[in-house]
Amino acid sequence: MTNWNDRISPIVKSVPPSGIRKFFDIASEMEDVISLGVGEPDFVTPWSIRESCVYGLEQGYTSYTANRGLLELREEICFMHKRRFELDYNPKTDVLVTVGVSEALDIAMRTILTPGDEILIPEPCYVSYKACATLAGGIPVPVPAKAENDFRITPADLEPHVSPKTKALLIGYPNNPTGAILSKEDLEAIARFAVKHDLIVISDEIYGDLTYGDTKHVCFAGLPEMKDRTILLNGFSKAYAMTGWRIGYALSNPDIIAAMTKIHQYTMLCAPITAQIAAVEALRHGEKYMRKMVSEYDKRRRLIYDGLQKAGLKCFEPKGAFYIFPDITSTGLSSEEFAEKILMQEHVALVPGNAFGECGEGFVRCSYATSIEQISEALLRIEHFVSHL
Amino acid sequence: MRELLELLKHDARRPAKELASMLNISEYEVEEKMAKLEKDKIILSYNTLINWDKTGENTVTSIIEVNLTPQREVGFDAIAERIYRFDEVRTVYLMSGSFDLLVIIEGKSMQDVANFVATRLATIEGVTQTRSHFLLKPYKKDGIIIDDKEKDRRLVMSI
Ligand SMILES: Cc1ncc(COP(=O)(O)O)c(C=O)c1O
Repeated sequence: MTNWNDRISPIVKSVPPSGIRKFFDIASEMEDVISLGVGEPDFVTPWSIRESCVYGLEQGYTSYTANRGLLELREEICFMHKRRFELDYNPKTDVLVTVGVSEALDIAMRTILTPGDEILIPEPCYVSYKACATLAGGIPVPVPAKAENDFRITPADLEPHVSPKTKALLIGYPNNPTGAILSKEDLEAIARFAVKHDLIVISDEIYGDLTYGDTKHVCFAGLPEMKDRTILLNGFSKAYAMTGWRIGYALSNPDIIAAMTKIHQYTMLCAPITAQIAAVEALRHGEKYMRKMVSEYDKRRRLIYDGLQKAGLKCFEPKGAFYIFPDITSTGLSSEEFAEKILMQEHVALVPGNAFGECGEGFVRCSYATSIEQISEALLRIEHFVSHL
Repeated sequence: MRELLELLKHDARRPAKELASMLNISEYEVEEKMAKLEKDKIILSYNTLINWDKTGENTVTSIIEVNLTPQREVGFDAIAERIYRFDEVRTVYLMSGSFDLLVIIEGKSMQDVANFVATRLATIEGVTQTRSHFLLKPYKKDGIIIDDKEKDRRLVMSI
Protein backbone atom coordinates (compact mmCIF):
# COMPACT_ATOMS: atom_id res chain seq x y z
CA MET A 1 0.00 0.00 0.00
CA THR A 2 1.35 3.37 -0.97
CA ASN A 3 1.40 5.84 1.85
CA TRP A 4 0.41 8.98 -0.02
CA ASN A 5 0.83 11.03 3.07
CA ASP A 6 4.57 10.34 2.97
CA ARG A 7 4.72 11.91 -0.44
CA ILE A 8 3.34 15.21 0.67
CA SER A 9 5.86 18.01 1.05
CA PRO A 10 6.93 18.49 4.67
CA ILE A 11 6.39 22.22 4.26
CA VAL A 12 2.74 21.66 3.40
CA LYS A 13 2.42 19.19 6.24
CA SER A 14 3.80 21.72 8.67
CA VAL A 15 0.93 24.09 8.01
CA PRO A 16 -1.84 23.40 10.52
CA PRO A 17 -5.41 22.78 9.30
CA SER A 18 -8.13 25.34 9.88
CA GLY A 19 -8.92 25.99 13.53
CA ILE A 20 -12.67 25.99 13.02
CA ARG A 21 -13.27 22.71 11.21
CA LYS A 22 -14.70 20.98 14.28
CA PHE A 23 -17.12 23.81 15.07
CA PHE A 24 -18.03 24.23 11.45
CA ASP A 25 -19.12 20.61 11.15
CA ILE A 26 -21.31 20.79 14.24
CA ALA A 27 -22.78 24.20 13.39
CA SER A 28 -23.64 23.18 9.82
CA GLU A 29 -25.91 20.44 11.18
CA MET A 30 -27.83 22.73 13.53
CA GLU A 31 -31.19 24.09 12.45
CA ASP A 32 -31.49 27.15 14.66
CA VAL A 33 -27.87 28.11 14.97
CA ILE A 34 -27.03 31.79 15.13
CA SER A 35 -23.66 32.32 13.65
CA LEU A 36 -21.36 35.07 14.82
CA GLY A 37 -18.61 33.05 13.20
CA VAL A 38 -18.79 34.35 9.67
CA GLY A 39 -15.90 36.39 8.32
CA GLU A 40 -17.76 38.03 5.47
CA PRO A 41 -20.52 40.62 5.02
CA ASP A 42 -24.13 39.51 5.25
CA PHE A 43 -24.97 41.99 2.50
CA VAL A 44 -25.19 40.89 -1.08
CA THR A 45 -23.01 42.93 -3.49
CA PRO A 46 -24.80 46.22 -4.31
CA TRP A 47 -26.99 45.85 -7.36
CA SER A 48 -25.27 48.47 -9.52
CA ILE A 49 -22.05 46.47 -9.20
CA ARG A 50 -23.75 43.19 -10.04
CA GLU A 51 -25.57 44.80 -12.93
CA SER A 52 -22.37 46.14 -14.46
CA CYS A 53 -20.99 42.62 -14.55
CA VAL A 54 -24.15 41.26 -16.17
CA TYR A 55 -23.90 43.99 -18.80
CA GLY A 56 -20.25 43.17 -19.38
CA LEU A 57 -21.12 39.53 -19.96
CA GLU A 58 -23.86 40.52 -22.40
CA GLN A 59 -21.29 42.58 -24.28
CA GLY A 60 -19.06 39.55 -24.53
CA TYR A 61 -16.36 40.43 -22.00
CA THR A 62 -15.20 36.88 -21.40
CA SER A 63 -11.50 36.94 -22.29
CA TYR A 64 -8.25 37.10 -20.38
CA THR A 65 -7.09 40.56 -19.42
CA ALA A 66 -3.57 41.97 -19.15
CA ASN A 67 -1.68 40.09 -16.43
CA ARG A 68 -1.67 43.18 -14.26
CA GLY A 69 -5.41 43.62 -14.72
CA LEU A 70 -7.57 45.93 -16.84
CA LEU A 71 -5.86 49.29 -17.20
CA GLU A 72 -9.19 50.95 -16.43
CA LEU A 73 -9.31 49.22 -13.08
CA ARG A 74 -5.70 50.02 -12.27
CA GLU A 75 -6.38 53.66 -13.09
CA GLU A 76 -9.41 53.72 -10.80
CA ILE A 77 -7.40 52.13 -8.00
CA CYS A 78 -4.64 54.74 -8.34
CA PHE A 79 -7.14 57.56 -8.63
CA MET A 80 -8.85 56.45 -5.43
CA HIS A 81 -5.54 56.34 -3.53
CA LYS A 82 -4.69 59.80 -4.81
CA ARG A 83 -8.05 61.18 -3.77
CA ARG A 84 -8.23 59.54 -0.37
CA PHE A 85 -4.63 59.35 0.76
CA GLU A 86 -2.66 61.76 -1.47
CA LEU A 87 -0.70 58.80 -2.78
CA ASP A 88 0.73 58.82 -6.31
CA TYR A 89 0.83 55.35 -7.79
CA ASN A 90 1.43 54.79 -11.49
CA PRO A 91 -1.28 52.54 -12.96
CA LYS A 92 1.17 51.11 -15.49
CA THR A 93 3.92 50.07 -13.08
CA ASP A 94 2.78 50.16 -9.46
CA VAL A 95 -0.41 48.08 -9.42
CA LEU A 96 -1.22 44.40 -9.70
CA VAL A 97 -4.82 43.21 -9.70
CA THR A 98 -5.07 39.87 -7.92
CA VAL A 99 -7.52 37.13 -7.11
CA GLY A 100 -8.45 38.57 -3.75
CA VAL A 101 -6.08 39.80 -1.08
CA SER A 102 -5.50 36.09 -0.51
CA GLU A 103 -3.49 35.77 -3.72
CA ALA A 104 -1.78 39.09 -3.11
CA LEU A 105 -0.60 37.89 0.31
CA ASP A 106 0.74 34.68 -1.17
CA ILE A 107 2.68 36.26 -3.99
CA ALA A 108 3.94 39.15 -1.88
CA MET A 109 5.53 36.62 0.47
CA ARG A 110 6.89 34.52 -2.35
CA THR A 111 8.34 37.63 -3.92
CA ILE A 112 10.30 38.83 -0.91
CA LEU A 113 11.09 35.76 1.19
CA THR A 114 13.97 33.39 0.56
CA PRO A 115 14.41 30.24 2.66
CA GLY A 116 15.28 31.19 6.20
CA ASP A 117 14.08 34.78 5.94
CA GLU A 118 11.99 35.86 8.87
CA ILE A 119 8.82 37.91 8.74
CA LEU A 120 7.34 39.51 11.84
CA ILE A 121 3.62 38.83 12.17
CA PRO A 122 1.73 40.49 15.00
CA GLU A 123 -0.91 38.22 16.51
CA PRO A 124 -3.83 37.66 16.86
CA CYS A 125 -4.20 37.88 13.10
CA TYR A 126 -5.85 36.52 10.01
CA VAL A 127 -5.02 32.84 9.64
CA SER A 128 -3.42 33.03 6.20
CA TYR A 129 -0.51 35.21 7.22
CA LYS A 130 1.61 32.55 8.88
CA ALA A 131 0.61 29.85 6.42
CA CYS A 132 1.57 31.97 3.39
CA ALA A 133 4.93 32.82 4.94
CA THR A 134 5.66 29.15 5.64
CA LEU A 135 4.56 28.04 2.18
CA ALA A 136 6.82 30.71 0.68
CA GLY A 137 9.74 29.09 2.50
CA GLY A 138 10.03 31.89 5.03
CA ILE A 139 9.84 31.74 8.78
CA PRO A 140 6.85 33.48 10.35
CA VAL A 141 7.77 35.06 13.65
CA PRO A 142 4.63 35.68 15.68
CA VAL A 143 4.66 38.80 17.83
CA PRO A 144 1.94 38.86 20.46
CA ALA A 145 0.01 42.10 20.67
CA LYS A 146 -1.02 42.89 24.22
CA ALA A 147 -4.64 42.67 25.30
CA GLU A 148 -4.10 45.51 27.79
CA ASN A 149 -3.00 47.60 24.83
CA ASP A 150 -6.24 46.81 22.99
CA PHE A 151 -4.20 44.57 20.71
CA ARG A 152 -2.32 47.44 19.13
CA ILE A 153 1.23 46.57 18.19
CA THR A 154 4.15 48.79 19.16
CA PRO A 155 7.88 48.85 18.37
CA ALA A 156 8.46 47.75 21.97
CA ASP A 157 6.46 44.58 21.24
CA LEU A 158 8.30 44.00 17.98
CA GLU A 159 11.87 44.83 18.98
CA PRO A 160 12.68 41.64 20.96
CA HIS A 161 11.72 39.50 17.95
CA VAL A 162 14.05 41.15 15.46
CA SER A 163 17.01 39.08 14.28
CA PRO A 164 19.61 39.49 11.51
CA LYS A 165 17.26 37.37 9.37
CA THR A 166 14.27 39.63 9.78
CA LYS A 167 13.31 40.86 6.35
CA ALA A 168 9.75 42.02 6.59
CA LEU A 169 6.83 42.95 8.80
CA LEU A 170 3.20 42.19 8.08
CA ILE A 171 0.55 44.41 9.63
CA GLY A 172 -3.19 43.94 9.25
CA TYR A 173 -5.22 46.83 10.66
CA PRO A 174 -8.15 47.29 11.07
CA ASN A 175 -7.62 43.86 12.48
CA ASN A 176 -9.29 40.52 12.03
CA PRO A 177 -10.07 39.13 14.65
CA THR A 178 -9.79 41.90 17.26
CA GLY A 179 -11.33 44.95 15.57
CA ALA A 180 -8.29 46.95 16.70
CA ILE A 181 -6.99 49.82 14.62
CA LEU A 182 -3.73 51.72 14.71
CA SER A 183 -3.70 55.49 15.00
CA LYS A 184 -1.47 57.70 12.90
CA GLU A 185 0.97 57.95 15.81
CA ASP A 186 1.02 54.16 16.26
CA LEU A 187 1.74 53.74 12.55
CA GLU A 188 4.43 56.42 12.57
CA ALA A 189 6.19 54.54 15.35
CA ILE A 190 6.03 51.38 13.26
CA ALA A 191 7.34 53.30 10.25
CA ARG A 192 10.39 54.41 12.27
CA PHE A 193 10.88 50.81 13.38
CA ALA A 194 10.74 49.65 9.75
CA VAL A 195 13.35 52.20 8.70
CA LYS A 196 15.60 51.37 11.64
CA HIS A 197 15.70 47.68 10.68
CA ASP A 198 15.31 48.27 6.96
CA LEU A 199 12.22 46.07 6.67
CA ILE A 200 9.70 45.68 3.89
CA VAL A 201 6.22 46.20 5.28
CA ILE A 202 3.25 44.28 3.94
CA SER A 203 0.15 46.19 4.99
CA ASP A 204 -3.14 44.32 4.60
CA GLU A 205 -5.72 47.11 4.63
CA ILE A 206 -8.68 45.08 3.45
CA TYR A 207 -10.80 46.48 6.31
CA GLY A 208 -9.54 50.02 5.77
CA ASP A 209 -12.94 51.36 4.74
CA LEU A 210 -14.59 49.80 7.76
CA THR A 211 -13.77 52.18 10.58
CA TYR A 212 -16.27 53.72 12.96
CA GLY A 213 -16.97 56.78 14.99
CA ASP A 214 -14.45 59.56 14.56
CA THR A 215 -11.69 57.20 13.55
CA LYS A 216 -10.45 57.53 10.02
CA HIS A 217 -8.26 54.93 8.45
CA VAL A 218 -4.65 55.95 7.94
CA CYS A 219 -2.98 54.29 4.98
CA PHE A 220 0.45 53.04 6.01
CA ALA A 221 1.95 53.70 2.56
CA GLY A 222 0.86 57.33 2.89
CA LEU A 223 3.27 58.01 5.76
CA PRO A 224 6.45 59.87 4.79
CA GLU A 225 8.95 57.61 3.02
CA MET A 226 6.82 54.51 3.43
CA LYS A 227 5.42 54.26 -0.07
CA ASP A 228 8.29 52.35 -1.67
CA ARG A 229 8.95 50.24 1.38
CA THR A 230 5.36 49.08 1.62
CA ILE A 231 3.43 46.42 -0.23
CA LEU A 232 -0.06 47.73 0.24
CA LEU A 233 -2.80 45.12 -0.12
CA ASN A 234 -6.46 45.82 -0.44
CA GLY A 235 -9.54 44.41 -2.06
CA PHE A 236 -13.24 44.54 -2.55
CA SER A 237 -14.38 41.56 -0.48
CA LYS A 238 -15.26 43.31 2.75
CA ALA A 239 -16.03 46.94 1.96
CA TYR A 240 -18.11 46.21 -1.13
CA ALA A 241 -19.50 42.85 0.02
CA MET A 242 -17.76 41.09 -2.85
CA THR A 243 -16.14 38.05 -1.22
CA GLY A 244 -17.23 35.56 -3.87
CA TRP A 245 -15.94 37.64 -6.77
CA ARG A 246 -12.33 37.08 -5.78
CA ILE A 247 -10.73 40.41 -6.52
CA GLY A 248 -8.07 42.45 -4.79
CA TYR A 249 -4.83 44.27 -5.57
CA ALA A 250 -1.30 45.09 -4.50
CA LEU A 251 0.40 48.48 -4.73
CA SER A 252 4.12 49.00 -4.36
CA ASN A 253 7.26 50.18 -6.11
CA PRO A 254 7.73 49.08 -9.77
CA ASP A 255 10.39 46.45 -8.98
CA ILE A 256 8.31 44.60 -6.44
CA ILE A 257 5.17 44.81 -8.54
CA ALA A 258 7.05 43.51 -11.60
CA ALA A 259 8.34 40.57 -9.56
CA MET A 260 4.90 39.83 -8.13
CA THR A 261 3.46 40.06 -11.63
CA LYS A 262 5.86 37.36 -12.76
CA ILE A 263 4.48 34.88 -10.22
CA HIS A 264 0.93 35.99 -10.92
CA GLN A 265 1.43 35.60 -14.66
CA TYR A 266 2.65 32.03 -14.38
CA THR A 267 0.28 30.84 -11.70
CA MET A 268 -2.92 32.82 -12.13
CA LEU A 269 -2.54 34.58 -15.48
CA CYS A 270 -5.06 37.23 -14.53
CA ALA A 271 -7.96 37.91 -12.19
CA PRO A 272 -11.39 37.07 -13.63
CA ILE A 273 -12.53 39.72 -16.09
CA THR A 274 -16.07 39.63 -14.70
CA ALA A 275 -14.84 40.61 -11.27
CA GLN A 276 -12.55 43.27 -12.70
CA ILE A 277 -15.45 44.92 -14.50
CA ALA A 278 -17.49 44.84 -11.32
CA ALA A 279 -14.58 46.32 -9.37
CA VAL A 280 -14.36 49.26 -11.80
CA GLU A 281 -18.02 49.99 -11.12
CA ALA A 282 -17.47 49.65 -7.36
CA LEU A 283 -14.74 52.30 -7.45
CA ARG A 284 -16.59 54.62 -9.82
CA HIS A 285 -20.04 54.54 -8.30
CA GLY A 286 -20.05 52.21 -5.32
CA GLU A 287 -18.85 54.43 -2.51
CA LYS A 288 -22.32 55.51 -1.37
CA TYR A 289 -23.46 51.89 -1.07
CA MET A 290 -20.31 51.05 0.81
CA ARG A 291 -20.85 53.95 3.25
CA LYS A 292 -24.37 52.75 3.90
CA MET A 293 -23.18 49.27 4.76
CA VAL A 294 -20.53 50.76 7.04
CA SER A 295 -23.18 52.75 8.89
CA GLU A 296 -25.19 49.53 9.32
CA TYR A 297 -22.16 47.75 10.78
CA ASP A 298 -21.65 50.67 13.11
CA LYS A 299 -25.12 50.28 14.64
CA ARG A 300 -24.55 46.58 15.10
CA ARG A 301 -21.14 47.25 16.58
CA ARG A 302 -22.59 49.49 19.25
CA LEU A 303 -25.36 47.00 19.98
CA ILE A 304 -23.02 44.05 20.41
CA TYR A 305 -20.40 46.02 22.34
CA ASP A 306 -23.03 47.14 24.84
CA GLY A 307 -24.69 43.72 24.93
CA LEU A 308 -21.54 41.72 25.58
CA GLN A 309 -20.56 43.98 28.44
CA LYS A 310 -24.01 43.65 29.95
CA ALA A 311 -23.68 39.89 29.59
CA GLY A 312 -20.64 40.17 31.82
CA LEU A 313 -17.87 39.78 29.26
CA LYS A 314 -15.08 42.31 29.28
CA CYS A 315 -14.17 43.71 25.91
CA PHE A 316 -12.57 46.76 24.40
CA GLU A 317 -14.49 48.79 21.91
CA PRO A 318 -13.61 47.67 18.38
CA LYS A 319 -12.96 50.58 16.06
CA GLY A 320 -12.71 48.77 12.74
CA ALA A 321 -13.53 45.67 10.66
CA PHE A 322 -16.68 43.83 11.80
CA TYR A 323 -15.41 41.79 14.69
CA ILE A 324 -15.47 42.11 18.44
CA PHE A 325 -13.10 40.14 20.65
CA PRO A 326 -14.48 39.67 24.17
CA ASP A 327 -12.34 38.36 27.00
CA ILE A 328 -13.87 35.13 28.29
CA THR A 329 -11.36 34.31 31.03
CA SER A 330 -13.90 35.32 33.71
CA THR A 331 -15.89 32.22 32.76
CA GLY A 332 -13.01 29.93 33.71
CA LEU A 333 -13.25 28.28 30.29
CA SER A 334 -10.64 28.13 27.58
CA SER A 335 -11.46 29.71 24.22
CA GLU A 336 -12.21 26.35 22.65
CA GLU A 337 -14.28 25.15 25.61
CA PHE A 338 -16.27 28.35 25.51
CA ALA A 339 -16.85 28.09 21.75
CA GLU A 340 -17.82 24.43 21.98
CA LYS A 341 -20.10 24.75 25.01
CA ILE A 342 -21.95 27.79 23.74
CA LEU A 343 -22.43 26.09 20.40
CA MET A 344 -23.79 22.91 21.96
CA GLN A 345 -25.90 24.55 24.68
CA GLU A 346 -27.08 27.78 23.09
CA HIS A 347 -26.52 27.15 19.41
CA VAL A 348 -24.38 30.22 18.97
CA ALA A 349 -21.38 29.77 16.68
CA LEU A 350 -18.29 31.86 17.25
CA VAL A 351 -14.60 31.39 16.71
CA PRO A 352 -12.16 30.62 19.55
CA GLY A 353 -9.49 33.32 19.81
CA ASN A 354 -6.59 30.89 19.77
CA ALA A 355 -7.41 30.12 16.12
CA PHE A 356 -5.74 33.47 15.40
CA GLY A 357 -2.57 32.83 17.35
CA GLU A 358 -1.62 31.68 20.83
CA CYS A 359 -2.13 35.09 22.37
CA GLY A 360 -5.78 34.93 21.29
CA GLU A 361 -6.34 32.37 24.03
CA GLY A 362 -8.86 33.65 26.55
CA PHE A 363 -10.86 35.46 23.86
CA VAL A 364 -13.45 34.60 21.25
CA ARG A 365 -14.17 36.34 17.97
CA CYS A 366 -17.73 37.44 17.30
CA SER A 367 -18.57 38.79 13.89
CA TYR A 368 -21.30 41.41 13.76
CA ALA A 369 -21.75 41.12 10.01
CA THR A 370 -25.18 39.74 10.67
CA SER A 371 -28.65 41.22 11.14
CA ILE A 372 -29.66 43.18 14.23
CA GLU A 373 -32.35 40.58 14.96
CA GLN A 374 -29.74 37.82 14.95
CA ILE A 375 -27.34 39.82 17.07
CA SER A 376 -30.05 40.58 19.63
CA GLU A 377 -31.01 36.93 19.87
CA ALA A 378 -27.36 35.88 20.10
CA LEU A 379 -26.82 38.37 22.92
CA LEU A 380 -29.72 36.88 24.88
CA ARG A 381 -28.25 33.43 24.42
CA ILE A 382 -24.75 34.56 25.41
CA GLU A 383 -26.09 36.27 28.52
CA HIS A 384 -28.02 33.13 29.44
CA PHE A 385 -24.93 31.00 28.87
CA VAL A 386 -22.58 33.17 30.91
CA SER A 387 -24.99 33.56 33.83
CA HIS A 388 -25.63 29.80 34.06
CA LEU A 389 -22.04 28.64 34.11
CA MET B 1 -32.14 62.51 16.01
CA ARG B 2 -31.45 61.61 12.41
CA GLU B 3 -29.96 58.28 13.52
CA LEU B 4 -32.95 57.46 15.68
CA LEU B 5 -35.32 58.25 12.81
CA GLU B 6 -33.30 56.11 10.43
CA LEU B 7 -33.48 53.19 12.83
CA LEU B 8 -37.22 53.58 13.35
CA LYS B 9 -37.86 53.98 9.67
CA HIS B 10 -36.30 50.58 9.14
CA ASP B 11 -38.08 48.91 12.03
CA ALA B 12 -40.50 50.81 14.25
CA ARG B 13 -40.87 47.91 16.66
CA ARG B 14 -37.31 47.94 17.88
CA PRO B 15 -37.27 47.86 21.68
CA ALA B 16 -36.05 51.04 23.38
CA LYS B 17 -33.32 48.98 25.03
CA GLU B 18 -31.85 48.03 21.66
CA LEU B 19 -32.14 51.56 20.32
CA ALA B 20 -30.41 52.85 23.42
CA SER B 21 -27.46 50.50 22.87
CA MET B 22 -27.12 51.48 19.25
CA LEU B 23 -27.35 55.20 19.94
CA ASN B 24 -25.21 55.13 23.04
CA ILE B 25 -27.89 56.83 25.16
CA SER B 26 -30.19 55.64 27.94
CA GLU B 27 -33.53 53.94 27.41
CA TYR B 28 -35.18 56.87 29.13
CA GLU B 29 -33.63 59.27 26.64
CA VAL B 30 -34.84 57.14 23.74
CA GLU B 31 -38.39 57.26 25.04
CA GLU B 32 -38.19 60.98 25.67
CA LYS B 33 -36.86 61.67 22.18
CA MET B 34 -39.56 59.55 20.59
CA ALA B 35 -42.29 61.28 22.56
CA LYS B 36 -40.97 64.62 21.40
CA LEU B 37 -40.78 63.52 17.77
CA GLU B 38 -44.39 62.37 17.98
CA LYS B 39 -45.50 65.57 19.63
CA ASP B 40 -43.74 67.67 16.98
CA LYS B 41 -45.43 65.55 14.29
CA ILE B 42 -42.08 64.54 12.87
CA ILE B 43 -43.09 60.97 13.50
CA LEU B 44 -46.63 60.84 12.12
CA SER B 45 -47.41 57.18 12.56
CA TYR B 46 -45.90 53.73 12.84
CA ASN B 47 -47.16 51.74 9.88
CA THR B 48 -47.00 48.10 8.91
CA LEU B 49 -46.11 47.14 5.38
CA ILE B 50 -48.51 44.37 4.38
CA ASN B 51 -48.50 42.14 1.36
CA TRP B 52 -52.29 41.95 0.98
CA ASP B 53 -52.05 39.63 -2.00
CA LYS B 54 -50.94 36.89 0.35
CA THR B 55 -53.90 37.29 2.69
CA GLY B 56 -56.47 36.43 0.03
CA GLU B 57 -58.28 39.68 0.84
CA ASN B 58 -59.35 41.61 -2.19
CA THR B 59 -58.10 45.13 -2.38
CA VAL B 60 -57.78 47.27 -5.44
CA THR B 61 -55.43 50.20 -5.66
CA SER B 62 -55.76 52.90 -8.25
CA ILE B 63 -53.40 55.72 -9.05
CA ILE B 64 -55.25 58.71 -10.40
CA GLU B 65 -53.87 61.70 -12.20
CA VAL B 66 -56.05 64.70 -11.50
CA ASN B 67 -56.06 68.03 -13.32
CA LEU B 68 -57.39 71.07 -11.51
CA THR B 69 -58.26 74.67 -12.11
CA PRO B 70 -56.39 76.55 -9.40
CA GLN B 71 -58.45 78.92 -7.29
CA ARG B 72 -57.72 82.50 -6.41
CA GLU B 73 -55.94 82.95 -3.03
CA VAL B 74 -55.67 79.26 -2.13
CA GLY B 75 -54.30 77.74 -5.35
CA PHE B 76 -54.63 73.98 -5.19
CA ASP B 77 -54.76 73.54 -1.45
CA ALA B 78 -58.49 73.87 -0.92
CA ILE B 79 -59.38 71.37 -3.62
CA ALA B 80 -56.66 69.03 -2.41
CA GLU B 81 -58.24 69.13 1.03
CA ARG B 82 -61.65 68.32 -0.34
CA ILE B 83 -60.06 65.28 -1.92
CA TYR B 84 -57.78 64.04 0.86
CA ARG B 85 -60.52 64.17 3.50
CA PHE B 86 -62.15 61.10 1.94
CA ASP B 87 -61.24 57.86 3.77
CA GLU B 88 -60.91 56.05 0.45
CA VAL B 89 -58.05 58.36 -0.50
CA ARG B 90 -54.77 57.01 0.87
CA THR B 91 -52.26 59.42 -0.62
CA VAL B 92 -52.31 62.82 -2.31
CA TYR B 93 -49.36 64.66 -3.83
CA LEU B 94 -49.16 67.96 -5.65
CA MET B 95 -47.15 67.34 -8.80
CA SER B 96 -45.13 69.19 -11.37
CA GLY B 97 -45.70 68.19 -15.00
CA SER B 98 -48.72 67.32 -17.06
CA PHE B 99 -51.17 66.87 -14.18
CA ASP B 100 -51.63 68.51 -10.80
CA LEU B 101 -52.52 65.94 -8.16
CA LEU B 102 -51.52 62.34 -7.82
CA VAL B 103 -54.20 60.56 -5.83
CA ILE B 104 -53.98 56.97 -4.62
CA ILE B 105 -57.23 55.26 -3.79
CA GLU B 106 -57.91 51.90 -2.22
CA GLY B 107 -61.18 50.05 -2.61
CA LYS B 108 -62.66 46.57 -2.42
CA SER B 109 -63.14 46.18 -6.16
CA MET B 110 -62.48 47.94 -9.43
CA GLN B 111 -66.16 48.82 -9.52
CA ASP B 112 -65.88 50.31 -6.09
CA VAL B 113 -62.98 52.55 -7.07
CA ALA B 114 -64.44 53.50 -10.46
CA ASN B 115 -67.60 54.47 -8.70
CA PHE B 116 -65.78 56.67 -6.23
CA VAL B 117 -63.88 58.44 -8.99
CA ALA B 118 -66.96 59.03 -11.12
CA THR B 119 -69.34 60.18 -8.39
CA ARG B 120 -67.12 61.80 -5.77
CA LEU B 121 -63.76 62.80 -7.22
CA ALA B 122 -64.51 63.90 -10.79
CA THR B 123 -67.49 65.92 -9.64
CA ILE B 124 -65.58 68.15 -7.23
CA GLU B 125 -65.61 71.73 -8.41
CA GLY B 126 -62.28 72.66 -9.95
CA VAL B 127 -61.43 69.09 -11.02
CA THR B 128 -61.18 69.26 -14.80
CA GLN B 129 -59.91 65.79 -15.68
CA THR B 130 -59.04 62.41 -14.11
CA ARG B 131 -57.08 59.48 -15.51
CA SER B 132 -57.14 56.26 -13.48
CA HIS B 133 -54.52 53.53 -13.54
CA PHE B 134 -55.13 50.29 -11.71
CA LEU B 135 -52.22 48.72 -9.96
CA LEU B 136 -51.63 45.14 -11.07
CA LYS B 137 -48.72 43.81 -9.09
CA PRO B 138 -46.40 45.34 -6.55
CA TYR B 139 -42.71 44.48 -6.89
CA LYS B 140 -41.21 46.85 -4.37
CA LYS B 141 -42.80 49.09 -1.80
CA ASP B 142 -41.11 51.66 0.43
CA GLY B 143 -37.74 50.12 -0.19
CA ILE B 144 -38.88 46.57 0.48
CA ILE B 145 -38.80 43.99 -2.29
CA ILE B 146 -42.11 42.10 -2.05
CA ASP B 147 -40.94 38.64 -3.04
CA ASP B 148 -37.24 38.78 -2.35
CA LYS B 149 -35.53 35.57 -3.33
CA GLU B 150 -32.12 36.62 -2.12
CA LYS B 151 -31.11 34.93 1.08
CA ASP B 152 -28.06 34.39 3.23
CA ARG B 153 -25.95 31.96 1.25
CA ARG B 154 -22.81 32.22 3.33
CA LEU B 155 -21.15 29.24 4.95
CA VAL B 156 -22.09 28.99 8.60
CA MET B 157 -18.53 29.80 9.70
CA SER B 158 -15.42 31.21 8.06
CA ILE B 159 -12.22 32.81 9.25
C1 LIG C 1 -7.45 40.34 7.21
C2 LIG C 1 -7.86 39.66 5.96
N1 LIG C 1 -7.07 39.71 4.89
C3 LIG C 1 -7.40 39.08 3.74
C4 LIG C 1 -8.56 38.34 3.63
C5 LIG C 1 -8.85 37.66 2.33
O1 LIG C 1 -9.64 38.46 1.52
P1 LIG C 1 -9.92 38.21 -0.02
O2 LIG C 1 -11.37 37.82 -0.09
O3 LIG C 1 -9.66 39.52 -0.68
O4 LIG C 1 -9.02 37.15 -0.50
C6 LIG C 1 -9.42 38.27 4.72
C7 LIG C 1 -10.66 37.50 4.65
O5 LIG C 1 -11.26 37.11 5.64
C8 LIG C 1 -9.06 38.94 5.92
O6 LIG C 1 -9.85 38.90 7.00
